[in-house]
Amino acid sequence: MSVYDTIIIGGGIMGCSTALHLARAAPRMKIALLERGLCGAQASGVNFGNVRSNGRPVSQMPLSLRSREIWSRITELLGVDCEYERTGALKIAFRDEDLAVLEGHVRDARDGFGLAVEMLGSAGLRQLFPWIASGAVGARHSLDDGVANPRLVAAAFGAATRRHGVDVRENFAVASVSHSGAAFSVVGEGGAALVARSLVNCAGAWGNLVASSFGEAVPMQALGPQMGVTEPLPFFILPSTSTVNSPIYFRQVRRGNIVFGGGPRAEVRPDLVRHYSLPENTARHAALLRSVAPALKSARVIRAWSGIEGYLPDSLPILGPSATTPGLVHGFGFCGSGFQLGPGVGAVLAELVLGGATTTPIAAFDIRRFAPAAAQETRA
Amino acid sequence: MPLSFRVDGREVLALEGDTVLTAVLLAGIRLRESEFGDGPRSGFCLMRACQDCWMWTDHNDRIQACATFVNQGMVLSTRNPELT
Amino acid sequence: MTTIVIVGAGPAGVRAAECLVAAGCRPIILDENDRSGGQIYRRQPPGFVRSAQTLYGTEAAKAEALHRSFDTLAGKVDYRPGTIAWGLHAGVIHTVKAGRVDRIAFDRLILATGATDRIMPVAGWTRPGVFSMGGAQIALKFQGCVPGRRPALVGTGPLLYLLANQYLKAGVTPAGVFDTTPFRRQLRLVGGLAWDPRTLLIGLRYRLELVRWGVPVRCGIDPLAIEGDPAVTGFVYAKSGKRHVIACDGVALGHGLRSETQLAELAGVSFAFDRRTRQWLPQRDEEGRTPLGTVYLAGDGAGIGGADVAEIEGKLAAWALLHDLNAAVDDGERTRALRQLRRAARFRAALDAGFPWPHDIAARLDDGVVVCRCETLTAGELRRVAAEGAPDLGRAKALSRIGMGRCQGRYCGSACAEILSAALGCDIADVGRLRPQAPTKPLHVDDVEASL
Repeated sequence: MSVYDTIIIGGGIMGCSTALHLARAAPRMKIALLERGLCGAQASGVNFGNVRSNGRPVSQMPLSLRSREIWSRITELLGVDCEYERTGALKIAFRDEDLAVLEGHVRDARDGFGLAVEMLGSAGLRQLFPWIASGAVGARHSLDDGVANPRLVAAAFGAATRRHGVDVRENFAVASVSHSGAAFSVVGEGGAALVARSLVNCAGAWGNLVASSFGEAVPMQALGPQMGVTEPLPFFILPSTSTVNSPIYFRQVRRGNIVFGGGPRAEVRPDLVRHYSLPENTARHAALLRSVAPALKSARVIRAWSGIEGYLPDSLPILGPSATTPGLVHGFGFCGSGFQLGPGVGAVLAELVLGGATTTPIAAFDIRRFAPAAAQETRA
Repeated sequence: MPLSFRVDGREVLALEGDTVLTAVLLAGIRLRESEFGDGPRSGFCLMRACQDCWMWTDHNDRIQACATFVNQGMVLSTRNPELT
Repeated sequence: MTTIVIVGAGPAGVRAAECLVAAGCRPIILDENDRSGGQIYRRQPPGFVRSAQTLYGTEAAKAEALHRSFDTLAGKVDYRPGTIAWGLHAGVIHTVKAGRVDRIAFDRLILATGATDRIMPVAGWTRPGVFSMGGAQIALKFQGCVPGRRPALVGTGPLLYLLANQYLKAGVTPAGVFDTTPFRRQLRLVGGLAWDPRTLLIGLRYRLELVRWGVPVRCGIDPLAIEGDPAVTGFVYAKSGKRHVIACDGVALGHGLRSETQLAELAGVSFAFDRRTRQWLPQRDEEGRTPLGTVYLAGDGAGIGGADVAEIEGKLAAWALLHDLNAAVDDGERTRALRQLRRAARFRAALDAGFPWPHDIAARLDDGVVVCRCETLTAGELRRVAAEGAPDLGRAKALSRIGMGRCQGRYCGSACAEILSAALGCDIADVGRLRPQAPTKPLHVDDVEASL
């Protein structure tokens, strides 16, 4: 049996960032990170790659801003270039009635949190981004949102975690977790047993496997958001782009490929670690791409992929201490918007592990919000 | 039957039944440039698998040179005519 | 009405269609080519009038028989030429033809998807004037063209000698045949093919013909570079530790074939690593059934067997399908076909032994050699990510973009696996494989738009 101070379950960005922040804040701490496959192989590594604060619910903004500060020094933190770039982001409206939504976002983000974001009218939009289809009536243009390459970021978090002395165990599938009163015990499918005083649940779409072991399962649904990519084209689209009313978002990487994603989300099999990209989705995305950026008419889609992501009914993650078990903290179920938050989530979880409290407001993500009303009262 | 078409503004002669790839290479022209700066490409597999013989039409469309027969008067480009 | 779809109209697809029609079915046949015959028996464009003997040489009778068989099916099958099957999920196959996407819900599917060349890269292989061995054959059969006036044939396998002879017949003297397999290794063919004197004699005749025309044949070579400015001017190789340069103005490059397994994988067929050929192959029974129950495999797409085997497997898959639909199948014919198949397996084993995939070259490739021609990525780049922490091809792809390009790893996948396993010092099976993703062939944004 191996004894640790903390065991982290899940080697995605959340888990690795937690390990990294713990290792930096408490260099003597003995930390184990358990990952079923390779670090960053699931949602962390296959998502769209938006590093975006704008357009998030107000409850997520403090966390997002904390993450944003870490992103600004991500190359230094990870020791490798992950193609992070502040490209700006556009959210385009094609209907007048959608403008109010965007204007609300701008007010929240600019006036409430000091972000560099503006509204563009149709003329301004055409002048700055002539590739946008006619018919656009305006857009939210945020100057300091950006993008990064998830494939590189997720793997780099794993590598940096290992470099910081964390015992990173890949291909380690967890068979059971339990709490004896004094310590957590984690047993792998291969039979290896680990114990620790604290446990961090960063198991993503599989987070309920841990949460339910401690009597606090949440109504999370695993689904597969679908992405795709075109062949490389001459670079002409700088901002990460989406629209208010059609399920398509896209960006162009510096090599020239257009990376895109959109709905609907596909069925996945978390039990088999299987996800599927649906050809009809690819066809739909391709058509929507062209409707927003007509110059992409001649582009060719060369790949599509999906991943396994956990979605909660209110589209907010589970982040914070367990309601049933002292020493257990959760950070999972990021509902398709965790990539930007990941570095900050790690900082918050590390604070919770070390001192039981965090300076970042996270009340909205409390796991108790899904507990039956009676149970909530008892706890109160 | 002899046919003629244009590649990058230059007239190229071909015979009916020639693929674009055959006619363009016989005329000593490359099909495309690698996007990543390592020189010209002129196809490889001739069976629609390697994807290394795509050319542009004047309608900002794409054709696979190994699988497209020459048509009289077609206008082709080795580079993207719009996005460059 | 049971919807049966066949993907591919080469030897396997055509024979499968024939058996299904004979049983009263009307299969849909998706053919990427404009005319049936597949790559091996590729038919010339309408109006071309070269004889079958000129086009297909010793295999003319087989080619003509296959074409004739298919032509008699006209009206009895739903033949869709020029159609690419680009996606497959949950019993629906997605196609694109002439700028329009379409989908077909099938009850039964026969995948006869064929093969492409297997390539071990060499410095300069992306130059204009370098074609795959199969591509060079197609140029000859389909267009009456030869890459250059003095092409070099580089790689390994019987196709090198066949193509060199076809060139001689076409009035072109190749600069030479440069085979990575040592001659003494090829001698295993003599033992392995002793029971098939016809094939052995054809092979022998090809060799003698090359000697008679003074075409250099060098075996056991290590390819070093295809030189050019940028078009091909020469081929550099090492033999017995000495460096040689041969002038040539075109190269046909190929080291055997690899199966087109993308659709089988998207269908959910399980794969296993085949040690003899060092390829991942879809699992099926002897008659082509997969455990999925609705999907059948035949021909080179399920494992390289060659055209004759593909014809047999096409029939067997169709009969298996009919049997599974409770239709009557002539057991005598089926047994005969199975016997032929087992005999042919010995032939294939001998060929694989006599012309092995030169996997050992991968470890010796210079760091600067481009491996992935779509993304212009080098062997050195792959080795760099291996050292950084890429224990398998999936992670190497994520870190380096290897296999992420337009061809989806068709032309670099085999070599990438070898380079990675050599760099890691691990078993080739442990690096896994590049997973295909729909669209398995590039899909035009415009084609989709037009169809919605």
